[in-house]
Amino acid sequence: MSPTGETDGPARAEEPAGAAATSRRAPTVADFTTGNAVGWCPGCGDHAILSTLRGLLPALGVPPENTVVVSGIGCSSRMPYYLDTYGIHSIHGRAPSFATGISINRPDLSVWVITGDGDALSIGGNHLIHALRRNVNLKILLFNNHIYGLTKGQFSPASKVGTVSPSSPHGSLDNPFNPIALALGAGATFVARTLDGDRRHLTATLTAAAAHKGAALVEIRQGCPTFSPIPRQARDAGANPAAADPASPELGPIRLSPGLPIVFGPNDQWGIIRDPSTGELAVGNGGDARVVVHDPGTQNSTYAYALSRLGETALAEAPIGVYRSVSQPSFDQLFQERLATARPGGRGELRSLLTGADSWVVAG
Amino acid sequence: MPTEQLPERPDGVRRLENVVIRFAGDSGDGMQLTGDRFGAQAAAVGNDVATLPNYPAEIRAPSGTVAGVSSYQLHIADHDITTPGDQPDVLIAMNPAALRANVTELRPGGVIILDTDAFTVMGLEKAGYDVDPLTDGSLDAYQTFAVNLTEFASAAVADHNLKRKDAARTKNMYALGLVSWMFSQSIDDTIEYLRKRFAAKPDVMNANIAALRAGWYYGETTEAFANVYEVKPAPLPAGTYRHMKGNKGIAYGLVAAAHQAGMPLFLGAYPITPASEVLHELSVLASNDVRSFQAEDEIAAIGAAIGGSYAGMLGVTVTSGPGMALKSEAIGLAVIMELPLVIVNVQRGGPSTGLPTKTEQSDLLQALYGRHGEAPLPVIATRSPADGFDSAMEAARIALAYRTPVILLSDSYIANGSEPWRVPELDELPDIGIELATEPNAVDEAGNPVFLPYARDPATLARPLAIPGTPGLTHRIGGLEKADLTGAVSYDPDNHDLMIRTRQSKIDGVDVPLLEVDDPSGPPGSGADVLVIGWGSTWGPIGAACRQVRAQGLKVAQAHLRHLAPLPANLASLLSEYHTVLVPEMNLGQLAGHLRRETLIDTVGYNQTRGMPFRVSELASVITRVIQGIADDDTPEKAVGAKVVGDVTARLAAAKSGGTA
Repeated sequence: MSPTGETDGPARAEEPAGAAATSRRAPTVADFTTGNAVGWCPGCGDHAILSTLRGLLPALGVPPENTVVVSGIGCSSRMPYYLDTYGIHSIHGRAPSFATGISINRPDLSVWVITGDGDALSIGGNHLIHALRRNVNLKILLFNNHIYGLTKGQFSPASKVGTVSPSSPHGSLDNPFNPIALALGAGATFVARTLDGDRRHLTATLTAAAAHKGAALVEIRQGCPTFSPIPRQARDAGANPAAADPASPELGPIRLSPGLPIVFGPNDQWGIIRDPSTGELAVGNGGDARVVVHDPGTQNSTYAYALSRLGETALAEAPIGVYRSVSQPSFDQLFQERLATARPGGRGELRSLLTGADSWVVAG
Repeated sequence: MPTEQLPERPDGVRRLENVVIRFAGDSGDGMQLTGDRFGAQAAAVGNDVATLPNYPAEIRAPSGTVAGVSSYQLHIADHDITTPGDQPDVLIAMNPAALRANVTELRPGGVIILDTDAFTVMGLEKAGYDVDPLTDGSLDAYQTFAVNLTEFASAAVADHNLKRKDAARTKNMYALGLVSWMFSQSIDDTIEYLRKRFAAKPDVMNANIAALRAGWYYGETTEAFANVYEVKPAPLPAGTYRHMKGNKGIAYGLVAAAHQAGMPLFLGAYPITPASEVLHELSVLASNDVRSFQAEDEIAAIGAAIGGSYAGMLGVTVTSGPGMALKSEAIGLAVIMELPLVIVNVQRGGPSTGLPTKTEQSDLLQALYGRHGEAPLPVIATRSPADGFDSAMEAARIALAYRTPVILLSDSYIANGSEPWRVPELDELPDIGIELATEPNAVDEAGNPVFLPYARDPATLARPLAIPGTPGLTHRIGGLEKADLTGAVSYDPDNHDLMIRTRQSKIDGVDVPLLEVDDPSGPPGSGADVLVIGWGSTWGPIGAACRQVRAQGLKVAQAHLRHLAPLPANLASLLSEYHTVLVPEMNLGQLAGHLRRETLIDTVGYNQTRGMPFRVSELASVITRVIQGIADDDTPEKAVGAKVVGDVTARLAAAKSGGTA
């Protein structure tokens, strides 16, 4: 959304004929596209994410009417208006709670949460960690532009210390959240980080998230072209493979690939190595035998956590890719199973419930 | 016991019309269970029963202190009663603190049964007694029975392998047995209850049953007690009855509502006193397709409930005042999204944490107006424990029919109180089901079918609900203002004005039954001069007070509001038929202000916020003085007493001289 203009057009007649026909043929991009004019600033990464979602959702095999997109408040949270599914543009920070009420009651639905760094990490921090802890079957896309865009550029809980903004003219004082570390700490079963500007990586990451049974948290790193642009050379993964320093922002974030050693830089000269005595990760020589082979399936999240912290120690920012993907029963599944076992023969008898075991009869 | 005792029967059993009994002890002594069981026994023999539990906010305040005293008062009668009684006739005091905290409220001449074993030097000291009240003559005005309850109970359970401390804890069942004997009640149901409750712990089960029986036989065999009493069954309308607590009644009303709507019930809740019990009651009903979800906070609780509503459930959230404050933004969202939702507020003393375990009616204005923006919604209030069921069904009916959040107000007094409830036949329950949208409801300019989520039913102004999973009706809703019909985001000034007025009109048009007045002396205008009007849990005390006043030969009319928003259409015309409208409230005049705003009729308030319900005698006295003030031009100030009824006298004087106060 543009911070000043509000240009969501009328939601009229959003391809109703097409929508009605979706149950009989494979859904298309058009089936997931509303007629609403998209209101984000030119150059905003949200456009790319929208475009990716419109391309991705039809491929998942879930019809639009079985897809629900729930958002909070912020630029990113305008997303539901642009996707022709069911959706709620809710209140600030609370999207996971609405989405939880939908998802656990309706296992036939695919429920997505669209949120931002202010929405998810500040006002909605509590709901985010509890949705992750419970492992509710939600796909949570956290658009992290490290700034409050809709309210015109104040520092956010993802902003680096020293961020100068209208509400921090002399630089912000507080330490930022690392969304990946936070999600891992909350016990999230699927945690990934990707870039708005890398369509292939974004598509692959969101596809993996969609396939995950349980809560999936995907941090989508972006800049805000209006209030917090990312320097051009650091926008993409492997932006400048010839960078001379492993901590150089010019290098761009390094990629994680399951089963492959984590090496990067010119001729893969650097690698992520583990100190066997402490479990700490550090940057070392790419040829070192201790270079870590990436495994997001590790139950213990200590490794993934150490990986997520590299952006604050040895690298300019945290790597991108899937940090953790482990299988645990979703809250939705457990909730439905409990309901099913409680009513093996269908609904209990209302009259016997109301009468109870301690009633008495007064004769007329 | 009541002042008019019936003649002694040949078998030595004295018949009573009614009696008020209070069990009091340390908060760990099991007084709530004891009282609850006594009430269930009385209900089972057909007495009318009304109960008032009273317990400290701390789970275990320092033991033996006055702060830690927990009590449970019961009023049992052979006729229709609506309150737990003003003054106990019988006090069971399990320790000195319980005696000290309660004895001043006991009727002179009343009966005290106390546990001598707790009257030790230390026990007396903890209770703040310098001198032993058993020996200083301070109890001379009462019939005191000092019994070694702890010792006798421990001896009775000696064969049941309990530790000494656990054996002593059966003293509450011993006391219950004794009091049951005294009031000619069968303990069979309680034995059955103990068998179920402690099925997994046979030693505890058998010990409690043994203590209960021993207490009964102690009464039977000792000659210490001069009288045995009996309260005959109350003549209730035919039907199946059970003992119903307010919180449970609301829970069951919600279950029945979902059943009658053909939708699963989904509760999102966060624990809070005194509403948690509704969460507990609903959590065990998965077999009735009740889905309950304990959320991380009050906001998430209502968020999940709204999400459930959107997904086709009957969404419900339950809380108390502080939780309501947290939910207010989400309630506004449900208002603008126009989704059905039942929000139960079991009120307690406020503001802030206030008096968490005490009752108050101080959230009325919060319910009516406590949201930003123009956010109208229906507000209804339950009036008694047995009314919880009906009022919950009514809240759900309105929520579904008008696609709106509805606030149902209860309070701590109703929540924990109990009375006999006639179990309805299923075919008596209304069908409150609604039709969900399954097809487009309009065509666009090109002739294509479209779904307009904000097109409205012309009669109710309700919008169509299409739930996810319905093909062809995909749409988005949210907190931003909606364009009329399409529901698309709209910043158009005229549209915003239209939508605000439409949402208000929808709520104003909710079908609410006309208000009825109870006045045996005649219809409005030709009966009483004074109308007493209330809302919520004051129904019982006001009704009982009016009956007392009428028994003195005075005329008084009573009306009680279930619907606070919108108000009954005949309210203003009814109120205008009376010389004086008296509004007793457990707040500082919230309904009175609401009535003034909505009807331009000035009322006389009688207000208290002591955390306890009104006493019947207190209200009867106020009503009497108001009536006499009208009858005798010169004396209203003297008669009413400014200290008791605040500025009533000034208002009455102004009314008499034709001015306004």
